[in-house]
This record gives sequence, structure tokens and C-alpha cells, in this order.
Amino acid sequence: MKEKAKVLDKEALNRSIVRIAHEILEKNKGTEDLCLVGIRNRGAYLAKRLAERITEIEKAKVPVGVLDITLYRDDLTLIAQQPVVHKTEIDFDISEKTVVLVDDVLYTGRTIRAAMDALIDLGRPKSVQLAVLIDRGHRELPIRADYAGKNIPTAKNETIEVRLSEVDGADEVVIIEKDE
Amino acid sequence: MKLLIKSGRVIDPANNIDSVLDVLIENGKVACLQKEITSKADKIIDASAKIVIPGIVDMHVHLREPGREDKETVASGTQAALKGGVTSLLAMPNTCPAIDSSENAELLKGIIKKSAQCNVLISAAITKSRLGKEITDIAGLKKSGAIAITDDGASVDDEKIFLKALQKAAKEKILVIAHCEDKALSKNGVVNLGFISTKLGLRGISRESEYLRVERDIGLAQKAKAAIHIAHVSCKESVEIIAKAKKKGITVTCETAPHYFTLSEEDVVGYDTNMKINPPLRAKEDLAAIREGLRSGIIDAIASDHAPHTENEKDIEFDRAEFGKIGLESGLAVCVQELIGKQILDWPELVRKISLNPAKILGVDKGQLSVGQDADIIIIDPAREFILTKETIVSKSKNSPFLGRKVKGVVEYTILSGKIVYEEVCK
Amino acid sequence: MNKEIAWVRKDLLGLEDLSREEIELILATAESFKEVSSREIKKVPALRGKTVVNLFYEPSTRTRVSFEVAAKRLSADVINIATETSSVKKGETLVDTGMNIQALKADIIVMRHNYSGAAVMLARHLDISVVNAGDGWHEHPTQALLDMFTLKEKLGKIEGLNVSIVGDIAHSRVARSNIWGLTKLGAKVTVCAPEMLVPPGIEKMGARVTNDIEVALKNADAVNVLRMQFERDDENAFPQQLEYLKNFGITRERLFKAKKNILVMHPGPLNRGIEISSEVADGVNSVILEQVTNGIAVRMAVLFLVAQGRDKKNETLN
Repeated sequence: MKEKAKVLDKEALNRSIVRIAHEILEKNKGTEDLCLVGIRNRGAYLAKRLAERITEIEKAKVPVGVLDITLYRDDLTLIAQQPVVHKTEIDFDISEKTVVLVDDVLYTGRTIRAAMDALIDLGRPKSVQLAVLIDRGHRELPIRADYAGKNIPTAKNETIEVRLSEVDGADEVVIIEKDE
Repeated sequence: MKLLIKSGRVIDPANNIDSVLDVLIENGKVACLQKEITSKADKIIDASAKIVIPGIVDMHVHLREPGREDKETVASGTQAALKGGVTSLLAMPNTCPAIDSSENAELLKGIIKKSAQCNVLISAAITKSRLGKEITDIAGLKKSGAIAITDDGASVDDEKIFLKALQKAAKEKILVIAHCEDKALSKNGVVNLGFISTKLGLRGISRESEYLRVERDIGLAQKAKAAIHIAHVSCKESVEIIAKAKKKGITVTCETAPHYFTLSEEDVVGYDTNMKINPPLRAKEDLAAIREGLRSGIIDAIASDHAPHTENEKDIEFDRAEFGKIGLESGLAVCVQELIGKQILDWPELVRKISLNPAKILGVDKGQLSVGQDADIIIIDPAREFILTKETIVSKSKNSPFLGRKVKGVVEYTILSGKIVYEEVCK
Repeated sequence: MNKEIAWVRKDLLGLEDLSREEIELILATAESFKEVSSREIKKVPALRGKTVVNLFYEPSTRTRVSFEVAAKRLSADVINIATETSSVKKGETLVDTGMNIQALKADIIVMRHNYSGAAVMLARHLDISVVNAGDGWHEHPTQALLDMFTLKEKLGKIEGLNVSIVGDIAHSRVARSNIWGLTKLGAKVTVCAPEMLVPPGIEKMGARVTNDIEVALKNADAVNVLRMQFERDDENAFPQQLEYLKNFGITRERLFKAKKNILVMHPGPLNRGIEISSEVADGVNSVILEQVTNGIAVRMAVLFLVAQGRDKKNETLN
């Protein structure tokens, strides 16, 4: 494993979040019926940051929730490490809301599929939108992002690592090349 | 037919022999024990670095025939015996039907005559169907060949009946072998009573259920002036009671079995039903007491208590599984590993416990290598280790608690009346 | 909690075998599952396509139903086999029954059995998961786990708590599993029973023993009241029912002398007026119904974890 390139540094990452916040507000014409739901783990922190930016811009609070999708994954029997199940923490009703799902990287689309299933079990949103920091391609399901911080075409033997100061001690996005 | 065993370490406690000698066997009898026998022989066995001893006399074996031929037969059990170095054994009478009448004894004798591979001695029941109620025709049974009486598997609960049986036995000069268990105390128990039974949630068998009965039976035998032998001694208090009785000069002998000086209740953890034995595997302190009893001589003999059961009767819930385990084939190796290896007994003492003493207790002319004696001899490689596996077991049943265990001492030859009846194949 | 710990067992047979970390993992996982039961749609697809067989050799409505609800909330298919309706009565061995269930391609067997060690034995013979729903007097791990979950939820922690277990300790799998689990997590456990119902060596499992209910209740943060099964007293070890209530029953008068916020737990079904008075069972200290609710979350966690157990090929018991 080696780090191939840094695609976003702290400032660039921050600018991407600000831009996505503006786009969300623009597309939804404000914050009415808007809520953000981050997908554990890093999506949750990104959702929180997005909500803060939106509040700064609009001076309005946006509800933020956290979704744990472990129980909805389609690869439970395939993954090597036993996943730890965490709580879903959405303390507001999502019915008739515009829910913006937030995740760090959009790749095959399977996580988002699981997240939509999990979300719909919790209520019936008016619409669901998707915001991701990085879209790296290689989709396996018909899913696309409504908001993307950066499109980064990658090879299959590469992975994208989004590092956030809340968990990783720094804000940056890097491409990692796996040894074959 | 002459057979010459060359250069083995010959151990014969009856004649105080423990040295490297040649043994000449002629016409089925021991003909000569000497250094460097040069006489010609039909077959010569090189026994250098091997141990040559009188064949094992196992005084506690359940052959199951007649009645439970699915577990074991006289043929299969005696075949297993030969592999284990056992040349004579005492068959327990708890068959179906029990050996509680001359007719049944004759029936058994017929089977033995037809299919036994080693010497099979007969014991008979003390009471009809071993129910502890009606005393059998002891005189008649003796005439039919029984050399001991026992209700093994059960104790005669009624003191009066047991006393009367002892008195009759004394009159007939027949040995009484006592299975000491007060079923009122051990009722429904399946494992030694204590921390392990508590932890496993199994009903416990108290030590009192054994030793109180040992005490009672010795007392009654003394009163009746009968010869009594206590079977399968498992706990510390029993050893102490027997020691006290012997000190007082009471005629009592006893045996233990290899599992009681090798395994403990802790081996039951995991609910291995091959560890379900009656009396149960006891605590560590009992194990130590049994070893000490063997060392000090309080315990006279080691017998296998070979108790075969089918897989159907063992591979079930612990509570429902049968009590007992096989031991004919593993007995010697476990003794070598645990008693010689741990220096509890030396070889001559071990031979005393497995060959000479059982023969003496039973009053049979076995267990020694005196000139003119039946040449029942085994040749052992004392140093070779092996792991006991199901596949190698000759007995019909495979319920050994020693499966997977590394033991030491391989029987290479078993000679019965001068004939090689067992020879280890893959030497 | 150590986040690194991964569940690797195919079975849950008892708490004696588990490490503190494994128990904590189950409890933490159960916390996540509790949220599922509070939703409008109380179902997640985690065990979709898996088959759970409830194999009950002993009548037990509540444990069976709890496991069934748990499995269904995880989207598993559930089949119930009770002794009355199966070939068990025709003399089929436990192993044969287990092998047949395995041949049906079931994934998890949840078994209740009247003989101690039955689950251990079954698990040794099968590649599929076995969850012990109570075996004889041996263990009832999910009951102890739900008791611990309730304690943790109500009192915030288990470490350092004084927990007393009162009743027929000798014949109780609930007591044994609770002693193993609670002591591993650092609680101080006292067992309280009439002399005849204290099994030998129980203190070696880590429990303090008393025959005095006042001693058991003093300083206790929680009391777990066991069901007295008078109908099963084949050893004449039980005192008379009224005498039992008098000497060991949990009554309001006794609770007055205990800590004000003492939690009263009971694995059910209740014998009102025998081991526990109705006032106490229905009173403010009682968390008996919450135990039932928590049982579902705990069993969901257990089913989820064993279904993912990574060592399906290996025996968990040596």
C-alpha cells in the first residue's frame, strides 16, 4: 500500500463543502423541509459540517441525523472483518422531508442502496438527494450523486481515503495504491 | 513346539526375578529361565531392550455376552484383551441373563469354550437378576465354575441379605467382590459431586455413597469371616477405610482402575460421555490418594473395569448416556505412562498389581513365570509411545476416555500357553 | 469498550466461555438493536434469507417467542419445533435431529433442552450455529445477557454493582449464567437460598453465598428473583411454599430495608405470592417487563453475531 497522490488538502476540502452547501440551498430554494443524514462513519461528520455551513449561510438550523447501514448491507457474509453494529440516530421524522444523504466516497453505489433501504424503513421522505465529497466512478448500481465535491477517476486497484480531523486528525483526501 | 525368548528383561515378582534372561517355553509351559539358553527352538524372539512379564490378569471385565453382543462378545473382548496383554480375565456376571444360575453359567461356559481367545474366568451374581433380593445358589454356581460372586453394577442394599450371602460365600470359600455404592445417596447422579457438578449443572454422586458402603461391606465381611474384594476404588476415604481395615488384620483386598489415577472430574468438562463412569472420576485429591494407595500397597490390584457401550448409548445427552468405558487395550500403556513414568511404581510393583496379585486374589495359578507354569507371557516395548485412536481399537465398542492421549508401552507379543496369539503387526 | 474485538464464534453456548470483551460486544450490539424495536417499521434485513430453527425440548413460551420475534425483526425465517410435534418422541437422537435440521440448510438452531450440556454436544456435531436457550441446570446465556443489559441500561454500568440472586440456585441455569457474566464484568454477586438449594462449590464461580435474605438485600443494587419450581422438587430439597415466602420471598417490607432504588428483576414466569409479592412485582423498583423488551434486543444481537461467526468450520469447544 502506498500513497499515490493527495487530491484535496485542508483548504480544498473545506471549499468543496462550502460549495456543496450552496448547491443544496440553491437546488432546494432554502432550508424548508430540508434535513441531512450522514452515513456512518465519515458521512456523519461531513453532514454535520455541511449543516454548519448551511446555518452560516442561511441563518437557519437544519436537522442532522446519523444512519448506520450495517444491517442493510448486501455483503455481510463476504466481508472479512465482523462489522460492529452502531445505532442509527435520527431524532426527527423524515416523512415528507427532503433528505440529503451524505457520504464521503461514492464508488459502487451499494452503500447508498443500503442507506436508501434503511432510510425508507424509517419513514417516507418527499425526496432523497445524495451528496458526496468524492465520486470515484465504477458504479455497479444505477445511482448518481446530486452533489459531488470532486470527481476523481480511479483504477480498481486504488482506493480513496477521506481523512477528517474529527477521526483522523487531519483534513485531506488521498489516493492509495494497493500492491498487486 | 519350543519357543525361545532371548535377552529380555524378565520381571516375575512371584520368584523375585528382575534381570535380563532367556525364557524357554516347551509344550505350553515355562521350561527354563536362564542367561544364555542355547537349546534349539522352533521360534526365537529377540526381546533385547524389551520387558518380559507374566500375562496380565484383569479381574474386572464386562464381556457383555450373552445378551448384549452389540456392545461386545466373548470373542471380540478377548481379542481386545490379547492386544492389551491380558491373558486371563474375570468376566462380570451382569449379562442378559445375569450369571445367577448354574444353567446360565453353563451357557456362558459354552460360549467361552467356542470363542474365547484368552483365559476367561467366571464370576456369578450374588442375588437373582442382581436385584439384591434373593441369594443365588452359590454352591451350585461354584460347581459350575464361578470363582467369585458379585452383583457388580449394584450393591446388595439390604444388610441382612448381604450378610447372609457373605456367610454362604465363606462356607463355600468363594470370593465376594463388592460394588460399593449406596444408590439412595448417588441417585440419578452422573458426575462427582462438587464444584464441577455445580458448574456443569449435572447431578452429583457423593463420595459418601461409595465409602460408607465400603465401610459397611468390610464390616459385614469381617462378621461373616468371608473374603471380600472391593471393586473400583475411586475416592480418598475408601482408601483410608481399607487401610485401616488392613491394619486391623481384616482380610480385604481391593482394586482400582487406570482412569482413577489418571483422570479427574475436570476431564468431564465439555460433557464427554466417555468420561461418564461409575464410580465417577473424582477430584484431584482423590486421584492423588489412589496413586498413594498404589504406592503404599493398600491398593492390591489394577483392573480395567472394561465396560463397552455402543456409540448409540454414548453419543447422546450426558444424563442419558451409559456409565462406563473400555480399557482392556489401553490399561497397560496408561499404567506405564502414569505409574512407571511418574515413578509411582517400579516395574516389579506394577507387575504385582496387574498380574500376580489379581491371580492370588482370585486363587488362580496365573500371574507368574515359575517353571512348569502355563506359559502366559507378554513382551512389551516399554519405551515406545503411541496415541490411542478409535481406528486402532479392537473392541466392538470405542468408548475410551483415553482417545487422543499419548501413552507409552506397546505390547509386541502375547503368548498364551506357549503359543503366540497376538503379535503387533506394524512393528 | 475495545472496538477491535471481533466476534468469531459460531455458537453461543454459555457465558463461562466468553471473555469480558465478547460480552461487552454483545451488549453494545444489543443497544443498537434496541433502537430498531422502537421504530414504526420494526425490521431490518440483516438476516434476510437465513433460517432460524427454534428447537424446544422443554415447554417455554416466553423464551421461544422472544427468539422468534428477534429473528423476525432481523428478517430471518423462523421454524418452531416443539417436542410434541416432532420425531423426538419416536426416539430420534438429538444429534440426528440436529443433522436433519442442518440438512434442511437452516443457519441457526436455537435450542432449549432439559439436559445440561445438550447444546454443547449438539454444537460439537454441527457446522451450523447453535444458540443455547437454556440447557438443564447448566446455562441460559441470553437470559443473563438481557439481565445485564437491563442493569447497564438502568444503572449505567455493571462494574462494581452489588447484585443478589435469590432462589433455587442449585437448579438454576439463570443463576449460573448470571454469575459467570456479572463477575466477568466486575459486579459483586451474592447468591441467597436455603441451605439445601445452594450447590457445592458455587463460591468457586465467584459468588458470595448467604442463607439470609436480609444479608442478600443489604447494599444490593439489584436483586434477581428466581422462579421457584416447586413442581420439580424430586429431591425433597425445597422448603414449604409458605415457609419460603416467609424466609426468602421478596416483599415490600423487605425492600424498605434495602437501597431505595434497588432494581427488582425476575426471569419469569412469576409465582406471585411465592418468591415475589405482587406489590413488588408491579412496584416502582420492578424492571421485569423491561427485561422482556430488552430480551428481544439481546437476542437480535446474538443471532446477528453468531450468523456472522467466522469460525464455522472450527469447534468452539475443545
